[in-house]
Amino acid sequence: MIYHDVVVVGAGGAGLRAAIAVNQKNVNVAVLTKVHPVRSHSGAAQGGINAAMGNNPRGGFDSVEKHAFDTIKGSDYLADQPAALKFTRAAPGVILELEHWGCPFSRMGDGRVAQRPFGGAGFPRTCYAADKTGHVILHTLYEQAVRFEHASERDNFKVYDEWMVTRLVIEEGKCRGVIAYHLATGKVEAIMAEAVIFATGGAGRVYLPTTNAVISTGLGLAIPYWAGVPVKDMEFVQFHPTTIYPTGILMTEGCRGEGGFLTNKDGERFLKNYSDSAKAMETAPRDIVARNMQREINEGRGIDGMYINLDIRHLGAEKIMERLPGIRDIAMNFVGVDPITQPIPVRPGQHYTMGGVDTDENGATCVEGFYAAGECACVSVHGANRLGGNSLLETLVFGKFAGEAAADYVLSKSALKKGEAALKQGLDAELEKFKKLTDSTGGEKAGTIRDELGRLMAEKVGIFRKEDELKEAWKQVKGLQKRFENVRVGYSGMKFNQALVMALEVEGNLAMAETIVYGATVRKESRGSHFRTDFPKRDDENFLRHSLVTWDAAEKKMKPTWKDVVLGLHEPKERKY
Amino acid sequence: MANTAKFRIFRFDPEKDRDFRFQDYDVPLEPGMTVLNALFYIQDNLDQSACFRVSCRAGICGSCAMHIGGRYRLACETQASIAKDSRVTIRPLAHLPIIRDLVVDMAPFWAHYKKIQPYLQPGDPDPERERTQTPADRSKMDILIDCILCASCHASCPMTASDEAYLGPAALVKTNRFAVDSRDRALEQRLKIVGDEHGVFRCHTVFNCSLACPKEIDPAGSIANLKRLATTHFLCKPEVR
Repeated sequence: MIYHDVVVVGAGGAGLRAAIAVNQKNVNVAVLTKVHPVRSHSGAAQGGINAAMGNNPRGGFDSVEKHAFDTIKGSDYLADQPAALKFTRAAPGVILELEHWGCPFSRMGDGRVAQRPFGGAGFPRTCYAADKTGHVILHTLYEQAVRFEHASERDNFKVYDEWMVTRLVIEEGKCRGVIAYHLATGKVEAIMAEAVIFATGGAGRVYLPTTNAVISTGLGLAIPYWAGVPVKDMEFVQFHPTTIYPTGILMTEGCRGEGGFLTNKDGERFLKNYSDSAKAMETAPRDIVARNMQREINEGRGIDGMYINLDIRHLGAEKIMERLPGIRDIAMNFVGVDPITQPIPVRPGQHYTMGGVDTDENGATCVEGFYAAGECACVSVHGANRLGGNSLLETLVFGKFAGEAAADYVLSKSALKKGEAALKQGLDAELEKFKKLTDSTGGEKAGTIRDELGRLMAEKVGIFRKEDELKEAWKQVKGLQKRFENVRVGYSGMKFNQALVMALEVEGNLAMAETIVYGATVRKESRGSHFRTDFPKRDDENFLRHSLVTWDAAEKKMKPTWKDVVLGLHEPKERKY
Repeated sequence: MANTAKFRIFRFDPEKDRDFRFQDYDVPLEPGMTVLNALFYIQDNLDQSACFRVSCRAGICGSCAMHIGGRYRLACETQASIAKDSRVTIRPLAHLPIIRDLVVDMAPFWAHYKKIQPYLQPGDPDPERERTQTPADRSKMDILIDCILCASCHASCPMTASDEAYLGPAALVKTNRFAVDSRDRALEQRLKIVGDEHGVFRCHTVFNCSLACPKEIDPAGSIANLKRLATTHFLCKPEVR
């Protein structure tokens, strides 16, 4: 049986940073990832990464406390405040570390890392590399992973690419390892580990359209959820205001940060007509801008009734080429629009999963030896709405903390290499599950269920939500789950069986959709990204708390609970920009 | 069948098939549909055994480079309408072993990448703050850091076909990215790694890589720069060899 002290699942920002942190403590670590590390979705992040460094002349009075305040206010006061402060305090350090590792950040005239304004931030504190910040950070981390791999003895640092983890094995409240499917050979293996860190990213593909990669499905969250680890605040789903129409590809918030306008069919900058965005206009936070855009579209002021124009023409060719070159490429390649001469058609689309595996500030969960970090985790620092530039930061900060905590845990553990029987049992169960999917005689196709679910979630559990539609969504998700029992994977070979991979992911999407609909139904208030047209006000009296959902495998049903928000720095106030 | 995209796709499972074959698929065309969307349509509706690599579908992850209609392209960035008038053939990346269908074994490609020490080597302990870099110095890396390691250049290069040890255009672009980084102090070491017959001097300036690159990086230009640096360096300091 393959054994490593720590297994990290996922190799985006959080996974690679966690693995490096484990290795820095001289503990053996393996990274298991279903795609090669540089294919991870962190690479698609465009705009930047926040840290109160005060490099920008207009950021001189910035501080980590102010960054924490903006994060808390942005979260609509659902963030745990001490965690938010720990998060922003660690920010300048991880930026400097990245810079020392060679990350090619854009620069100020004096040679320091450049910073620009971003939505919801009091100061220009978003570090960037043109509009490819995630790409350069992911590549820098992978470069460092190679460096650590080169430097390490006895295979102390190992990356298993295209090994897809499908099951987490927990025994007597302790994590024992994972079951993984090696795509290239078709082998399914049990991998024993003292600690497992999940860094599997968000569940964007539960929705259609989404800016998320095809690989960002609900399975990464569903695996720990099915193993009994609770998920938290799943109803909070961020819709990015500017995704390209119709494909859903992201247009960075940097477009607005750099001074782009959003206009309706009359060419009017309509954000001035809404009280929550009248002052900040295009730089108001994502949830507010997305809602006001959707209102314009719903009230018939969208272009062709479908989209809003993102106009950056007035920035001029030179600035567009320098600051937003990737955006121009995307607009030209995917919709044939040159933003130097034409506005870009955009609409809000699913972008980020605020909810996730319930963890503490170090990524630890209720299961000993099981950690989560990055988008798949919910600490929570993003609360009801994440600020732009805080997600790349989250991957690095909490990836690091989770890696260190897991390494410390392994170093303190006395009884090692336990759980062989449980892992074997898990392996058998997984093989049986795969066989059932490929041998099924049912007539359902996983792809059909995936698309129907995505559209259902966007339509009924999207930017605007209400009771009767949520009830209907619940019924339909249950119906799709029922239909999933008859899914047949039409190819039985095990080598690169993408149809099987997709079916497993769709099952994960269905499980997470259920938790999202549930959270959205019980949260009878509007907060951050969660907007109930039947309860349009925030209700701190009843809902200043996190919703938790635990899966009871024995009874095959979910058990909901609540958990208080940790305040301590700022009393909740009305959120205006 | 006016509104149909017609593809001919490479199929091969080295463990089961004696030889490769091509299979035809007709996909109903929708506005804005990309080749990647068409491959998904095939996998969902026509043939669940089809396989290909995919991740971001937005031209940034580098998963879906393949040979489409006579040249290397990212399937996600290519409109399916190119297969409207006549059947378009899709093949996997060349010069790499086939795992199955359009999926190749990238291990040799990554081995070259790792060989060139693809990380910053500043040569001194990390300072308290950032190592400063002027915008002008930073801009020297501009296009080089856009590389998504999709291996289109590797697959299009005749030298990677004839010399398995040749580092190939992608690893050399990465080397050049560090060679021009004002913070890096390992130029001599880097030139030693790439300065032999399996490095820059294996390049015969065919320029296929520069034509193939979906990010318009011009690997041939990077290789030329490294050749120039290596030549000057070794001529001035023959002892480094």
